[in-house]
Amino acid sequence: MSGGLLLQAVVSGLLLGGVYGLVACGLSLIFGVLRIINFAHGAVMMLAMYATYWLFVLAGVDPYLSVVLTAPLFFVLGVIIEKVVIEPNRFAAEHNQLLLTLGLALFFENLALVLWQGDFRTVKVGYSGASFMLGEALVEVPRLVASGGAVLMAAALFAFLRLTDVGKALRALAEEPEGAALVGINVARIRAASFGLGSACVAVAGALITPFFYVAPDVAESFNIMAFVVVVLGGMGNFVGALAGGFIVGLAESLGAAFLPGSLKLLVVFAIFILVLLFRPQGLFGGSRER
Amino acid sequence: MGGALAVAALIALPPLMSKYHLEILISVLFWAYLGIAWNVLGGYAGQFSFGHAAFFGIGAYTSTLLLLRAGLTPWIGMALGGALAAAFGLFEGYLSFRYGLKGPYFSLVTLAFAEMLRVIAVNTKAVGSSLGLVVPTAPSAPGLFIFSGKLPYYYIILAMGVLALALTWKIGRSRLGFSLAAVRENEDAAETAGVDALATKLRAMALSSFLTALGGTFYAQYFAYIDPTITFGPSVSIGALLPAIVGGAGTVLGPVLGSFVLTPLSELTRYALRGRAGADIMLYGAILVLVISFLPQGIMGVVRERRARAGRS
Amino acid sequence: MSLLELSGLTKRFGGLLAVSNFDLGVEAGEIVGLIGPNGAGKTTVFHLIAGFHPPTAGDIRFKGSSIVGAKPHAICRLGLTRTFQIVQPFAGLSVIENVMVGAFNREPEAAAARRSAADIVDFVGLGARRNAPARSLTLSDRKRLEIARGLATRPEVLLLDEAMSGLNPTEIDEIIGLIRRIHARGVSLLIIEHVMQAIMALSHRLVVLHHGEKLAEGVPADVARDRRVIEAYLGESA
Repeated sequence: MSGGLLLQAVVSGLLLGGVYGLVACGLSLIFGVLRIINFAHGAVMMLAMYATYWLFVLAGVDPYLSVVLTAPLFFVLGVIIEKVVIEPNRFAAEHNQLLLTLGLALFFENLALVLWQGDFRTVKVGYSGASFMLGEALVEVPRLVASGGAVLMAAALFAFLRLTDVGKALRALAEEPEGAALVGINVARIRAASFGLGSACVAVAGALITPFFYVAPDVAESFNIMAFVVVVLGGMGNFVGALAGGFIVGLAESLGAAFLPGSLKLLVVFAIFILVLLFRPQGLFGGSRER
Repeated sequence: MGGALAVAALIALPPLMSKYHLEILISVLFWAYLGIAWNVLGGYAGQFSFGHAAFFGIGAYTSTLLLLRAGLTPWIGMALGGALAAAFGLFEGYLSFRYGLKGPYFSLVTLAFAEMLRVIAVNTKAVGSSLGLVVPTAPSAPGLFIFSGKLPYYYIILAMGVLALALTWKIGRSRLGFSLAAVRENEDAAETAGVDALATKLRAMALSSFLTALGGTFYAQYFAYIDPTITFGPSVSIGALLPAIVGGAGTVLGPVLGSFVLTPLSELTRYALRGRAGADIMLYGAILVLVISFLPQGIMGVVRERRARAGRS
Repeated sequence: MSLLELSGLTKRFGGLLAVSNFDLGVEAGEIVGLIGPNGAGKTTVFHLIAGFHPPTAGDIRFKGSSIVGAKPHAICRLGLTRTFQIVQPFAGLSVIENVMVGAFNREPEAAAARRSAADIVDFVGLGARRNAPARSLTLSDRKRLEIARGLATRPEVLLLDEAMSGLNPTEIDEIIGLIRRIHARGVSLLIIEHVMQAIMALSHRLVVLHHGEKLAEGVPADVARDRRVIEAYLGESA
């Protein structure tokens, strides 16, 4: 293997990693507060990609600009999902809550299939093909924007959690559910907000990748599984861990692709996933609660 | 009594049915069978697998490859596939249970194992990669599990279903059944009552994966085509757990009831929304949300409650 | 040689020494009370004996051989089982089914296990509730169920972890009677209890645990007069 190819793999991995990180941040946030592994996370991302696509096709809105619309929209969608579907079942058995989000995932994914069929759609913007060389590695500008934007968004969210009252309440709830209620935090509101924020995160991630990634219902599944891997790696409920995990998985995937033919790169990712689950279920960076 | 009548009807009526209705009934029994197999682990032992496609695919690929490459009859290939799937199930289960994986974490690991097998199958030319494998459909050769017409397949899946049902019924009344229930309800308490939790879960895993693999062989012979996505993909895993959940996990008849409700419903949707791929699964998603919200114990949960109430008054 | 013998038993959780160099023997036919202020390490001792945690050091011998490293189910089959302070019934199963799980250890056939379980359900006074789901029982009945499930495994030594906590005086008297009848069947008992008059009345011998160490040991009347014991308990309430 030439040094150039390796460099390319590392660059691609890092560019992919930011997006994985942001998707996983959303999932981790939801897990941290609600203690639910949200199977519908990828489906929400897929819906956001369609929203970005249609805004572009029908109204000519630039994908990056559309974030201003889709982020609040999907925040509201997340809040509605939490209030209507999750909240009434908050005392249900753990596996039933899992099945609940699985049901949501199936519903959204196939709703998209029914509405827009399975064909791959792409958003072709002026900068879709823009790129430059970094040493021997090709850097595609949209991927750089996506990864950078994802990290910025994650940083903004992090700041929000640290600095605002709602953010602090959210963290309190994730760390001490009983205590949070005692000190007068409106638990129901914060639970809904966490699902809303998590969904907004993944919506932004979806919008950021549409300039270079196809839009189709099955995007939901592949990003879903990736997000699980990242979150488990980073530690369930660990926010910074999710971002770091994103980069690790991105690197693993692109290095796997450089060494292994076809889609075998995914084997590397799944192998890491299973090993972490078995031997370090609290994640590489520690989770918010033991299994 | 009611059960005997139902079985008699299931034996007597199909020859009089149209091909379309027979196909639906085969589909109902097929998913009921997979639900019964999943139920051993997911329902009785309370370990929610999201990756039963792994065992299904191992069954389908083992018998089909042995038939195509070595001319071995799937009747034997089926048993070998079952054994292989059980071995894989034990491996997966030992790793997961030994390291104390529970609840959602176990679900994720089973999902990951199934996905790994799918990726391997897609990338392995020797097993047909993503093009899949075509199983011969003619000439009719009962010795090779190849029949002309649907009726023989119907009776095969009926027999498989009845046997699997009888097996789970018997387990439920045996020491193993009590151990499974104890482990599902409370592992620590089960251990103090002398139940070897690890061995109990592994038994459920082996049995459940074995039965699921037999379903894989049936699928390959009946539909005469398998590929990695069909056999190892998430839809089989979901299709196996849905009837059990909707009907009532951990009950003998739950998966059967679930399939008799779900499968025709999905057929109807598919029929009503012709050309709209995904409509039936979308409906499944909605039903899953509704069932968990309003019938968390499934249909059998309602039946049991009614009975209990009638018993009290 | 004692039926159950702990020697130098030590358990460390991180920096915390939960049990330290603890010696204890339970003779065949004996009722031993294990008392001590909250957090003294009593329940940890039960966890160690029953095989839920491995000890950091020391040995546990049952019927002459070491059971360190054995899993709880294996220890149960040898003839030693425990109840939990916070009762842990199989909530979805009926009373008789709960007890059958234990009975299967000695009667592998379902019909025989059911008969043996039915006897024990009657013995602990739950006969009328035999087919009730465990989750519908009152606390007092759950405590009985917990004991019944343990008895069904036909233990030679039964460890009871606060079988009376949360019960009213009438119910406590009933449990005391039950424990006496269990003892009369030839079962040796090691009992953790906070209800003092009960443990004083029941125990042949009392062992006091304080900060993970043995503070005193002897016949109940002597232990009750021991100044160090009184101080340890006063220290807790102060």
